[in-house]
Formats: sequence, C-alpha cells, structure tokens
Amino acid sequence: MPAVEDVARAYDEAAADPAFIHAHENLLRDYVGRPSPLTEAKRLSDMLGVRIFLKREDLNHTGAHKINHTLGQILLAQRLGKERIIAETGAGQHGVATATACALMGLGCVVYMGAVDVDRQALNVQRMQLLGAELITVKSGSQTLKDAINDAFRDWAARPYDTYYCIGTVTGPDPYPRMVRDFQSIVGREVKQQLGSISPDLLVACVGGGSNAIGLFHPFLESDIAMVGVEAGGRGMSPGDHGATLTMGSKGVLHGTSTYMLQNDDGQVIETHSISAGLDYPGVGPEHAALKTSGRVDYYSVSDAEALAAFRLLTKLEGILPALESSHALAWIIREASFLKGKTVVMNLSGRGDKDLGILAENRDSV
Amino acid sequence: MINSAFRQCRDKNEAALITYFPGGYPDLDTSLDIIKSMADAGADILEIGVPFSDPVADGPVIQAAAQKALEQGISLKRLLEGLSEYDMGKPVLLMSYLNPLIAYGETLMADARSASVSGFIIPDLPVDEAAFFSDKATEQSLDLILLAAPTSSEKRLTAIAKNSRGFIYTVSRTGITGQGGAGIENVKPLVRSLKSKTDTAVAVGFGVDGPEAAGAIAGFADGVIVGTRLIRAFDAGEDVAALVRELKDATLRRSAQ
Repeated sequence: MPAVEDVARAYDEAAADPAFIHAHENLLRDYVGRPSPLTEAKRLSDMLGVRIFLKREDLNHTGAHKINHTLGQILLAQRLGKERIIAETGAGQHGVATATACALMGLGCVVYMGAVDVDRQALNVQRMQLLGAELITVKSGSQTLKDAINDAFRDWAARPYDTYYCIGTVTGPDPYPRMVRDFQSIVGREVKQQLGSISPDLLVACVGGGSNAIGLFHPFLESDIAMVGVEAGGRGMSPGDHGATLTMGSKGVLHGTSTYMLQNDDGQVIETHSISAGLDYPGVGPEHAALKTSGRVDYYSVSDAEALAAFRLLTKLEGILPALESSHALAWIIREASFLKGKTVVMNLSGRGDKDLGILAENRDSV
Repeated sequence: MINSAFRQCRDKNEAALITYFPGGYPDLDTSLDIIKSMADAGADILEIGVPFSDPVADGPVIQAAAQKALEQGISLKRLLEGLSEYDMGKPVLLMSYLNPLIAYGETLMADARSASVSGFIIPDLPVDEAAFFSDKATEQSLDLILLAAPTSSEKRLTAIAKNSRGFIYTVSRTGITGQGGAGIENVKPLVRSLKSKTDTAVAVGFGVDGPEAAGAIAGFADGVIVGTRLIRAFDAGEDVAALVRELKDATLRRSAQ
C-alpha cells in the first residue's frame, strides 16, 4: 500500500528532525505526565522474596502506555496533513489514547472495536465516545481485535488520501513495528535512569501485540539483563482457548507482517481467548518473533485465573489496581518466585485496572 | 495459458471476461459446478477464491462467502483435489491471501499444476516481496499476477509492469471488493499508463457491478474481472450463467478501437 510508504518516508524524516522529537517529548512531559514513577513494591517483594520494581505506566494520562505512541503517531499524521484518524482497539486503551490525542489536536477519529470487546469494555467505549470518537462495532470473524484491524485496513484502503491509520501495537507493515517501538522506548530509557546504580536481573512485561514489552526491553537489548515476555494462556492450551502466539504459534503472514501467529494447518487464523481484551490477538509484533528466535527474550504464558489472582494480590498488598493485561506479567513473577529469590526484577505495569472491575466482579469465585 | 486466452480475445476484438467465485461456497461441489457453468457460459478465465479467515482486501459479500466456505471445512488442499476432478475447459487462477499458500508447503506449485491451475493472484503480496514466490511459480510455468492500484507510485507501477505474468490486475479505485458505482472509467489513465510500460495484458476489477460497467472497461482494457456481483446473483437465486452470458456479451467490442 502506497499509503504505508508515505508513512515510512514521513517517519524517517520526522525521526531525524529535532523539532518533531522535541514536540513529542514536550507532550509526554506536559500532557501525559512523564516520566512515570518507578515504584518499588515493598510488601509484595517481602512476600515473594523477590525485589520488584513496577514501571508505572498506569499513572500516565489515559491510564496506560498506549498514549506514548498515539501522541507520536498523531504528530506524524499532522505532518502528513491528514485530518481523519482511524484506529483499532482491543481493551479500549489504544482507542481511548487515540481519541484523546485526536481531541487534543482537533482531528476526526474513528475507532474500530470488535463486538465482543465493546461488551466487555463498556467503560472505555463510553470514554471514547465522550472524547468525540466515532465507534464502529466490528461484527465480522471472531469480533475481537484482529477483526477490528481487518476493518481498519479496509477503511484505510478506501480512504488513503485523507486518513492516517494509527496502529495500536508493534505489528503491521513497516514502519509501524519500529515506529511504535521507538515511541514506546521512552519506558525503558526512563527505567534505566530511574534505577541509577541498581542493576536488575530481569525485565518482565506482558505481550499481546507487544508494544509495552518492546518499550521496556528495547533500550536494554544490548545489555546482559534477562527478559521475559508473558502471553495470555487463557483457559487452557487447546487451540482457541488462549492467545499465546509465541509460545504456541507458528510462522506466517498476518496484517502485512511476517511473524508468529496462531493458525491451523491450512493457514487459517485461529480465534483466541483471553480474559484481557488487550492480549486477545492471534499475531504478535515481528520484532518479538525475532527476539524469540535469537533467544534474547524468553516467552511464557499464564492463565486467566493466575492473572486474576495477581490482580487481587497487587491491589491488596500495594494499593495498585493493575490492568488485567499487566496482571499477566505479575502472575508470571508470582508463579516463578521460588526461582527468582533474591533477584531484582523490573516489571512494566502497562496500565491501570479500573476498566477491568466488571470482569473481576464476574469472576469473583474463580480463585 | 493466460497469455493465450488474452491473445484469442484480442484476435476476436473482445476483452477477456474473468469471473471470480469462492471455492467451497456454499460447498465444494456446488462451487465447482457453478464455476464450470461460468466457463460454459463464456467466461474466458476462471478466478477461484481460496477462502481465508482474514480477507482484508474484500468487502462484506466475499467475506461472508469465505466464512461460510470455511465453516463447511474447505481448505486449499481439498479445493485442489476437487479441481483435479474437473475439466473446466478454461484457464484457472487461484486468488489467495499469502498465508494459506505458505501454510500449504513445498508441494504447492506442483500440486497446483497437476490440478490444472495456471497461476495465482495474491492481494497481500506486494511487488517488492514477490520474488521468492514468483520464482517458484515460474519453475512450474505458473503465472503470478500482480495488482496495481490508483495509489501505486510510478516506480511501483514500473516494477509491477515488469514483473507481472499473464496479466496485470488493475484495481479500479481505492477500497475493497464489491463496492460498485459510477466512475469506473476513472481507472482509464492508470490502464493507459500500464499499457505504455508493457505488452502484458491489463485487466480491471473491483466494483464491476454489471454488464454496463464491464462494457465500459472493455473499451480500454484487455480484460474485465467480476466477482461480488456473481456471488450476489447466486445468493439471490438469479441465473448466474445467464448473467455471465450478458457480461461476456458486454465485452465484445462492436466497433474497432
């Protein structure tokens, strides 16, 4: 798609333009509230015998890391002279972040969201609508994130001239994976600075498409610090019951990128399940596929139930409600705590969990 | 096969009619019977869709047909097996997204060839990524047909013109399949531009919603591709073969160009 070539060209120019970088940094500081704190979770650390630092992306304006890359992309869209922004969303965090950036810049915003996700993320739906976004409920296929991406691509194919597609993760055709990674790398850069003389043994983040994880990992890739990405193990390891693309999937081509995906023997994409809408995606960013292949990052999965338990534990011990997505990263640390004794771990707390209270209530008896 | 189909049409002063229908819709046998009836009714080239779970270039009609076909258990393997038992009498092309082709494995080209397939149309395979696939196709004398769009840059059009085999699939306008309407002649400058770059045939598809549009395109392109309209006709219980005859009739050029 030539529209993609335009974005790549514009991004390469913008990334080398100090005025563009400065404008993005200013917004991150004055509008998002960066830098986000690095909180040592002392009671949790005491309980597990693991020293845990939480990177508090939940404290960003709009409540998740997504705002970091949406502001960058919307600045780029402005540079391209686009007046209409489209986005897909799973949990609604990327949709809210895009609608917020559009409200701030006075741009039109259309958000595609699977019907299943519209139902389970009602609060974010309301937020997007208040922010002035037009919400389109996607009823094709599995009615979740991948189908919302399909419809966003169809929209863009029909209106390439006035529209910019603000993709919500590190997937899609070039330049999206590297562009979204660059905008998210502020997370890891801040962590580096905030740690000072402390040197962590391990970085942990949840992986759906992989934007928050790559944001934390990327500035540390040259170091010898271990890294773990945690995927959605859902309700079991049978096809259709999880979203564990890297741990259970195989190589293929989806949404304009060559990566790991969940598919059957005929190359048809399999529907996924996760209690967290943001991890309910059968693909993953191609850079994560490369990091798995090279062995630089290890990928594991945790179940819905483990994530719910982690959500409750962090809330009780630290007074922090983590998003169900981020709860997956925490659940892995809790499960593996006996192997991590005495280690220092940095976890990306990628978003806040207020949006998930309805799901917590529905699953009150699950643990 | 594809080249000679276009040559025969040119000799008769007509544009080639290329019909699209999804394999396995509503079930494998019915789809192959319909496609055979299209061949008998005058279609010059038969494009058979390989259903995919995530058809991003397609509108709601083809999406729904693909989903139904998948629910009936269609796969590329079953489609090729089914095709082997038919003599369509006209060249057959597979229109498939890339992933089912990759998943099929190493025997794809040989199996396609033994099922009398003449080539592939792959909407999510851009020209700059196509070499690995077209080299394998060429080894089995199969054509890889590339797509050109109104948004394609001059540089890209040049590469498409140089590398497309059989014909160039020109997308009539920005957007997805099955959105018809006025203004299909707007693709004319793009067709002319491609024809100035190559002797390869140039066909136009996306949004060709009936004989009138087909006739307009036949006036300036070498081929006309019709898909969604045929599925709609089938869904509505219309006589699909009769529609194909009408479409073919519209591609005959009554006055010399």
